[in-house]
Amino acid sequence: MENFGLLMEGFQVAITPTHLAIMVIGVMLGLVVGVLPGLGAPNGVSLLIPLTFTMDPVSAIILLASMYWGALFGGSTTSILFNIPGEPSSVATTFDGYPMAQKGQSTRALTLAFMSAGIGALVGVVVITLLSTWAAGFALRFGAPEYFSVYFLAFCAFIGMGSSAPLKTIISLLVGLALSTVGMDTITGTLRLTYGLNELMGGVSFLVVVIGLFGIGEILMTVQDGLHFRGVASRIDLRDVFRTIAELPRYWATLLRSSAIGVWMGITPGGPTAASFMSYGVARQWSRPGEPFGKGRPEGIVAPETADHSAGTCAMLPMLALGVPSSATAAVMMGGLMIWGLTPGPMLFATKPDFVWGLIASMYISNIVAVVLVMATVPLFAALLRIPFAVIGPVIVAICFVGAYTVSNATFDLWLVLLFGVIGYVFSKLSYPLAPLVLAMVLGHKAENSFHQSMILSDGSLDVFWSNPLVGSIMTLALLLVIVPQVVKLIGRLRSRGTLRSVH
Amino acid sequence: MKKTSITLAVAATLLSTVGAFAQWVPERPVEFVVASGPGGGTDNFARTIQSVIAQHNLMDQSVVVLNKGAGSGAEAFIYAKANNANPHKLIFGTNNVYLLPHVAKMAYTSEDLVPVAALALDEFLIWVKADAPYADAAEFIAAAKANPGSLPVGGSQSKDTDETLVALIEQKTGAEFKYVPYNGGGEVGVQLAGGHIAANVNNPNENLGQWQAGAIKPLCVFSDQRMAESDPVHGDTGWHDIATCTEAGIDISSYQMPRTVWLPAGVSDEQLAFYVDLMQKVSETPEWQEYVANTSQTGRFLAGEELSAFIDNSETSTVEVFKAEGWTAQ
Repeated sequence: MENFGLLMEGFQVAITPTHLAIMVIGVMLGLVVGVLPGLGAPNGVSLLIPLTFTMDPVSAIILLASMYWGALFGGSTTSILFNIPGEPSSVATTFDGYPMAQKGQSTRALTLAFMSAGIGALVGVVVITLLSTWAAGFALRFGAPEYFSVYFLAFCAFIGMGSSAPLKTIISLLVGLALSTVGMDTITGTLRLTYGLNELMGGVSFLVVVIGLFGIGEILMTVQDGLHFRGVASRIDLRDVFRTIAELPRYWATLLRSSAIGVWMGITPGGPTAASFMSYGVARQWSRPGEPFGKGRPEGIVAPETADHSAGTCAMLPMLALGVPSSATAAVMMGGLMIWGLTPGPMLFATKPDFVWGLIASMYISNIVAVVLVMATVPLFAALLRIPFAVIGPVIVAICFVGAYTVSNATFDLWLVLLFGVIGYVFSKLSYPLAPLVLAMVLGHKAENSFHQSMILSDGSLDVFWSNPLVGSIMTLALLLVIVPQVVKLIGRLRSRGTLRSVH
Repeated sequence: MKKTSITLAVAATLLSTVGAFAQWVPERPVEFVVASGPGGGTDNFARTIQSVIAQHNLMDQSVVVLNKGAGSGAEAFIYAKANNANPHKLIFGTNNVYLLPHVAKMAYTSEDLVPVAALALDEFLIWVKADAPYADAAEFIAAAKANPGSLPVGGSQSKDTDETLVALIEQKTGAEFKYVPYNGGGEVGVQLAGGHIAANVNNPNENLGQWQAGAIKPLCVFSDQRMAESDPVHGDTGWHDIATCTEAGIDISSYQMPRTVWLPAGVSDEQLAFYVDLMQKVSETPEWQEYVANTSQTGRFLAGEELSAFIDNSETSTVEVFKAEGWTAQ
């Protein structure tokens, strides 16, 4: 209850005309940055940092945080409309969002994404409000083995229930893992798989690969199908927006599950991208039978979006309370905090309550501002799909290349986009799943690092992964997620064979 | 109003005439190339300088910050080599500029850059968990000697400043640790607070939050003198109360990381002089002093001869450690 009183004081800080104006501006800038693939929240926030030098810290953090929320919302737009993820964390939204938009239901897809994102964010803020002290202490229990178990769980949750051919899934996963090892290795300090190319020293950027695989790959597919968007006739009707909102309560189970996954991954530094993949995998496993996933199933949009936003919101907690950023954007904001003369750490809550609670209160308001603003853009964006491909196609190609260039201002990345565009096309043609590759690229390096650290700590013994109840239960859960579906499938097969035999 | 504009016009004419005859000034926006990702210590260093220049109008041209942190910062230094003699690219780093080529085969050498200035020195300390059974550094070393190779010490990156210092402690004291590399100082601080490692050698700023909260405590600082007076950080202990490691019996009188600014090689002396002067002005502003105090660094302006001597000294002594550990790249 003490937190509640502090939150009310926070609202007094956050609700002033200046701060409300800052939130609206921040969210709008964020939307722009999020919609443009490549630019992304971390770049956008670091562009804004010089502006905040003369502001007082509360206003400054509200501006940066609002921009982050805006970018998270904006990132889903291009995922759904053009199959190009604006942000790493909205890759999972393309799996069902894009097919749904292609069926002419772009309004529905966008509304589902934005509304569930809003709900996810609010759950995240409520958790921060209620559990701030406890959660910070919980995050301290995560050492290298625990980190590895969380990444392992994310892999298992997503891979264990894949629908593609297992061998193809494994190949795709291994390609992703190989790509994630390119560049400087943290643990050994050596360069790997760079073949003497300076351009590869920093590794292969995840965003560049994704823009190529999804954006350019999709364009190539469309071109082959003839010069038109498959199934464009999207009807823009404002009533669709409200009908979709009324549809939301039906997905309560997915919303709850995905929020929980998001909160968990936000506090233990797994990050929003891992959260959205994991939540998508779990939704695919646990949802009632219906339309298949990957063809425009509503839960396939609700799950990753909810988890993405609850994780993004909760990621602020380890940043403020421990000084550990669990996303790239949080890292930039933490740099800002230090420039403004604040020290992130357990004492920040005690020494600067007006700053911390002002920020938390602003998170309630700016997320609501973001939902309202982004919902207003739905008809506009949905109308984009009605433009003939001959016009929009070249624009998308241009956006892909500009976006890839913005990631690190390197011309080398443009060649990579082209290369991965072709790979994406070939993968789709031969029905290799792209998702395991993407997941392995996001988590591969982190998982490898924490595994290597665990091995150093335990002198090479695998027992370290079952050395305490926390890490042991996460590892066991992860293994069960892989094994149980296989066993169920096996039993099902045996039983059907049994019935066949009894009939004969 | 009119009066001010006349004064301004006169001042501007005077300045431009002086500029035309006596010294070089940037003709285009200046790029601040940061040898770390956004949010790192080097990034904050560069962005603070950017804000000081903006607030005091120290330069007419605008500043663009660019992060090139790949390969432990090598990306920025290779970029400098590619922009040989370009006076509009200023590179921000630490001692990694001249140390990286010794441990890994890099596509640049330290000859490809010229040092402009060092503006601050970041200190290193030995930190342990607050409830650890060591009262001082000597006891900690004794515990490490009793169980060789079993006390895990965390640090940021591999073969970088942290691991070098740990190796140096091992060489000087004969103790043996288990070094565990993490991604950054902040992460190492939290790993220590959570009790997953026994100690770390973080910079003050990276562990300040956890010390304030009483989760960890400093044992000694690697400097020839104690740190500057400060308000108490935790309980009644402040930075000045921390013993130097020499006092505690570890024979390392000084191990500091300079925050350095560089230009691509091939720039003229006038161009170099402009930036030396600019950095000197920055280091004298109250905002800069505040940044140094906030991040618990030691403010020290080094340029010219003094800077070259510092770099030579630091390079030679560190390479000795590299050689002893067998890290040097062929």
